[in-house]
Amino acid sequence: MTILDLVLFLPLIGFLALLLVPKSNPGASRMGALIISLAIFIVSLGLLAPYWQAAPTGYTISTNVSWINYPPIRYHVGIDGLSLWLVLLTTLLTPISVLVSWKYIDHRVKEFFAFMMLLEFGMLGVFVALDLFLFFTFWEVSLVPMYFLIGIWGHERRIYAAVKFFLYTMAGSALMLAAIIYLYNKAGSFDVVDITNQMQAGRLALDPHVQMLLFLAFFIAFAIKVPLFPLHTWLPDAHVEAPTAGSVMLASVMLKMGTYGLLRFCVGLFPSAARASAPWVAGLAIVGIVYGALVALMQPNMKKLVAYSSVSHLGFVVLGIFSFTQQGLDGAVYQMLNHGVSTGALFILVGFLYERRHSLEIAAYGGVSTPAPNLAAVFLITTLASIGLPTLNNFIGEYLVLQGSAQANFTWTVFAALGVILSACYMLWLYQRTFYGKASESVSHHMFDLGAREWAAILPLLLLMVWMGTFTQTFLPSISAQNAQILRQATPNALAAGLHGTEPGSEVKR
Amino acid sequence: MNIANFLPSSAEYVRILPEIILTLVAVLIMFLEAVLKDNQKGFFPGLSIVGLVGAGAGALIAWGDPGPAFQNMLTIDGFATFFRLLVIGVGILVIFSSADYLRREGSPGGEYYALILFSIAGQSIMASANELIMIFIGLEISSIASYILAGYLRTDSRNNESALKYFLLGSFATAFLLYGVAWIYGITGSTNLSLIHQSLASASGSTALATAAAALLFVGFAFKISAVPFQTWAPDVYQGAPAPVTAFLTVGPKAAAFAILLRVFLTAFAPITAAWMPLVWGVALATMTVGNFAAILQSNVKRLLAYSSIAHAGYVLVAVTAHSGDGSAAAMFYLAAYALTNIGAFSVVAYFSRKGEQFVAVDDFAGLAQRQPGMAAMLTIFLLSLIGVPLTGGFFGKFYIFKAALDAHLVWLTVLGLLNSAAAAYYYLRLLVVMYFKEPGEAAENLPNPGAALRVAVYASAVGTLLLGIFPGWVLDFASKAALR
Repeated sequence: MTILDLVLFLPLIGFLALLLVPKSNPGASRMGALIISLAIFIVSLGLLAPYWQAAPTGYTISTNVSWINYPPIRYHVGIDGLSLWLVLLTTLLTPISVLVSWKYIDHRVKEFFAFMMLLEFGMLGVFVALDLFLFFTFWEVSLVPMYFLIGIWGHERRIYAAVKFFLYTMAGSALMLAAIIYLYNKAGSFDVVDITNQMQAGRLALDPHVQMLLFLAFFIAFAIKVPLFPLHTWLPDAHVEAPTAGSVMLASVMLKMGTYGLLRFCVGLFPSAARASAPWVAGLAIVGIVYGALVALMQPNMKKLVAYSSVSHLGFVVLGIFSFTQQGLDGAVYQMLNHGVSTGALFILVGFLYERRHSLEIAAYGGVSTPAPNLAAVFLITTLASIGLPTLNNFIGEYLVLQGSAQANFTWTVFAALGVILSACYMLWLYQRTFYGKASESVSHHMFDLGAREWAAILPLLLLMVWMGTFTQTFLPSISAQNAQILRQATPNALAAGLHGTEPGSEVKR
Repeated sequence: MNIANFLPSSAEYVRILPEIILTLVAVLIMFLEAVLKDNQKGFFPGLSIVGLVGAGAGALIAWGDPGPAFQNMLTIDGFATFFRLLVIGVGILVIFSSADYLRREGSPGGEYYALILFSIAGQSIMASANELIMIFIGLEISSIASYILAGYLRTDSRNNESALKYFLLGSFATAFLLYGVAWIYGITGSTNLSLIHQSLASASGSTALATAAAALLFVGFAFKISAVPFQTWAPDVYQGAPAPVTAFLTVGPKAAAFAILLRVFLTAFAPITAAWMPLVWGVALATMTVGNFAAILQSNVKRLLAYSSIAHAGYVLVAVTAHSGDGSAAAMFYLAAYALTNIGAFSVVAYFSRKGEQFVAVDDFAGLAQRQPGMAAMLTIFLLSLIGVPLTGGFFGKFYIFKAALDAHLVWLTVLGLLNSAAAAYYYLRLLVVMYFKEPGEAAENLPNPGAALRVAVYASAVGTLLLGIFPGWVLDFASKAALR
């Protein structure tokens, strides 16, 4: 039993423990959820130990025991430079989401916090599973609590949003399951490490045609989750209807399950198919970047604006991954974390505004900075982080992605950079309309400044924005080392040569 | 020839121990029903459960000395034992879920339990039959008891309709089956599955006649498992019958019918697999699709679960199409997982519907999660298992089935089947939506707490569903060893 198993199963224990709390005592559920999730976060910091002043590649902490004998399904989990930070992001945002929900959730409190714990369990599992079957299990399990979070505690159209969310993901994962089974029949194993080794050693050779189909099956499942244009339509609904904590977990962590899957499985398992489809995927990513930004610009609803900005930001991540360059991959992973921190913060702040004014319409606000100066300042920092101001976190990620994509194809960079400019437009315009101007009667009547609990929820994220924007050395070495390994594996000379042989056009262009 | 050769040995009697025990207990209950006063009959459920547990033990004892019995009419092997234990387990759960229901409906008669036991005895014979006539006898014992059960509450007009439809269409199906048996006998000169296999394997001529006979038998079985296009009786019967009986009908007779379907097609008709496989392929796809898409339109929970039951028969037919050891094991595992899940789901429906089954519309379930969180949580587990979410038995069942199908290179059937199961999520979600996302309505008012026996049925089914989802190896290892190849 390693510290990793502890981090993974504590949320499940927390879930079961919260189920036992009597329904009549909502305070105990809140406090219990906070204590458990904080404890999980503190324990999860122990995962950093192997990365202290070092950047090891491969799995530094792992457990590999048999779960089911036949077909051989193993409980194989591991931490590497990629999953480490996503795990920490999850364990950090869970207690923050609990804090955010403290007052916001006032009915069926016990169930809410129990589902939060179950959600954390599912998402952590996705990031550490190294057995395809185990991965799929967690992938689906994380779906159930989110469905309930949206459906029970969401806004008016919550049921529509929850069902849409569930069905979109189910449809995607059906194909992924078929691909997983097919891969097992070929490789005789569900183990990602084992399958990768077999591919490296040339013992498992997939026909290019088959590899492309398998790649697509995985890709569609992940692209729905990211979400990549044009599969993004579930996202604005889910985000707008979800309660604040649901939006935070959805944007900050759950979308990363998609990009993580793209990097770990699509690129890791089917490198030549991934390379072959890179121009198409990058094209979709760029359309998503620009389209998401343009739609965000026109949104009258704050939450929808932030949701569409997510579509745009996640486009950068996908572009970075499919640039197949070191900087691109580093930027993509960094951007996953950045987006988790700054968009998470944005959703929290929008939630704070909603709790005061009970409206998500931008038009209902204006002049908020007068009655709530601290809230305005915090919102401004988050806005600046989100649009990529240097010394704040998003700048590093976006820069690396653009640099990486420029190495792959300069045209991509030109169009993607449009997204950076547009993000400044929609975010600053949002800020202007919400916080500047003269406060109307209803705004000044309802608005008050941040309380201690709200500070506690938002401050860690503010610190991280600055930290990630200035001390990149804390994060990047371990990410880079792992990405370098992924890139090496994704460039088997023989495979790449064979591929470019069939597609001379792509070679000439470079 | 020595006459002693025709007399069964004592070992052969041991091999039919479950059937003997079940029949004796059922007859005893019928007898006591006649002689006891009404207020003395409270122990019938307990007695039936003792009988079923005894039969289960008998099945295990019989398995200790496997082999043929009664001139090869029966064969006691792992496969037979698996299905015997399955239908006996189904019986135990159904009796737990029926006891409160019958008391509530004011009809706590002993013959109900006797009929369940008779029906299970018939299914147990089907599981071990190695002979077409024996299959027919088992099927009839099981069916006739089921027909009566479907109409058990005879003052209820829906019950009567259900029983009549079930009886008429069931008899019709049996006629097809018998016609097929006659053809097979004409072609091969035997009704014994092993001899039919030999005859078909050695026949050099055309397989057209044998295929036609196989098709006739398949029609008979297809009625029993409610496969498309012979599914039309199922929604009406399942909706009309008392809820615990519906639970029983969707899993007990169905599992036994699949047992004989697997045995006949994987042993006797193995030599003509190439001929029957496309037929089953098409029926499997049609059954999944029709079941799922019709279920989307339903507003009555029992009817919705009836169509869902049709769709699930389609998944199992995918495993039959794979015609392999893995496919057979997958079908067995799936039927076990489905049995637990469906009995659990129908038990919650039986509890919630109240006297006379007033509340069986989907919308009636509004707010159940707030009135009875425990029961709602259990129904959630069952629905997630029916959707096929991991960590439930239903998921592993589907997983094994589609794995077997891919092994058999049925790529398209697998992809269409998985997409089908994703679409199916929609109608199961509707129940979750009303239970959790809607405020309690009139139907959730004055909801009594569930009785102890019903709770046992529901919780045991839920625990079983989860265990099959987390440690499927326990059942799957047994199924793999016992599977027909």
